[in-house]
Amino acid sequence: MMPLYAVLLLAAGTYAYRVVGPLLGHRLVLSERLRHLLAVAAAVLLVALVATGALTQGHGFAGWARPAGVLVAGVLAWRRAPFPVVVVAGAATAAVLRLSGVG
Amino acid sequence: MDMRSLLRTLEHATLRDIALVSLADALVGASFGAISVSGGLPLWVPTALSVLVFAGGSQFAAVGVVLSGGGALAAVATGLVLNARLLPFGFAVADVLQGPWWKRLCGAQLLTDESAAFVLRQHEPRRRRAAFWVCGISLFVVWNVAVLLGGLAGGLIGNTDALGLDAAFPAVLLALVLPSLADRGTRTAAVVGAVVAVAATPFVPAGLPVLLALAGLPFAGRPGVRADAEAAPGEPELAAAAVKEDVR
Repeated sequence: MMPLYAVLLLAAGTYAYRVVGPLLGHRLVLSERLRHLLAVAAAVLLVALVATGALTQGHGFAGWARPAGVLVAGVLAWRRAPFPVVVVAGAATAAVLRLSGVG
Repeated sequence: MDMRSLLRTLEHATLRDIALVSLADALVGASFGAISVSGGLPLWVPTALSVLVFAGGSQFAAVGVVLSGGGALAAVATGLVLNARLLPFGFAVADVLQGPWWKRLCGAQLLTDESAAFVLRQHEPRRRRAAFWVCGISLFVVWNVAVLLGGLAGGLIGNTDALGLDAAFPAVLLALVLPSLADRGTRTAAVVGAVVAVAATPFVPAGLPVLLALAGLPFAGRPGVRADAEAAPGEPELAAAAVKEDVR
């Protein structure tokens, strides 16, 4: 369950990140090193989310259909397919594999 | 500042790109609503998250943590670490959010990977401002309506896996992050982090694996000579790279 206080905490923290720049933009400059670190950290977290989201469910393996769908989407994204095509192709691949009995 | 003059300020191609990104986010938002509700959360949770947090990655991450049995605080921590990237984005687009304090406070909520990236593709101040507001408002409306509709549908669909919706979110994240992996240091750190996260999943509480991926950070090395040489100082590389690539 996700209690209301958790939603509000996440919302308040996220808004704080957003508003600092527009309010202090002229008075505070982030060092180049910190910017780089935040950008790399975001990429690392996103890739970890992709990997765990594609491969795992709870504490176990998610089955083959989902990672296969994500892989198809990844190839399309890499070939510069439009965003909506990437999403639909990924979902459709997983759905079709499940329909044909692949877990 | 009315919407019509903002729309006139932008080129046709930019408006088309904003529409395409909005459409993709609508699909993702609907998946988010459907997955949350069919996973057992009440409709108000995805709805409130979408309006108040308005950051897709952290919403999916937080809901993913609680749906797989993790604690609420682990969900908040994961979301907050993920959203830390909004801090440098805020500095990068601070110039478009000048004016009365209330406008700055409202505008800040519209700051996302996408809106930051669209601002960074424009150079003229009027166009930067227009790109921010048009993209921000469009995504805010589309995202929240899509999440609500998806949530309502999720109550009816029951099994979102049959539609492959569980693959939609990792797919979008992958599309977003792919361009930033052109930098070798980032790529190495990300691969190490992903291996750590997946390997840890069977053994640690839900939500923690993604945070453990930060162990990959030391492998990134110093700021890349390659990427930073061409980027103007202060550009958030990730978002800029992301939309430059996939909106085309």
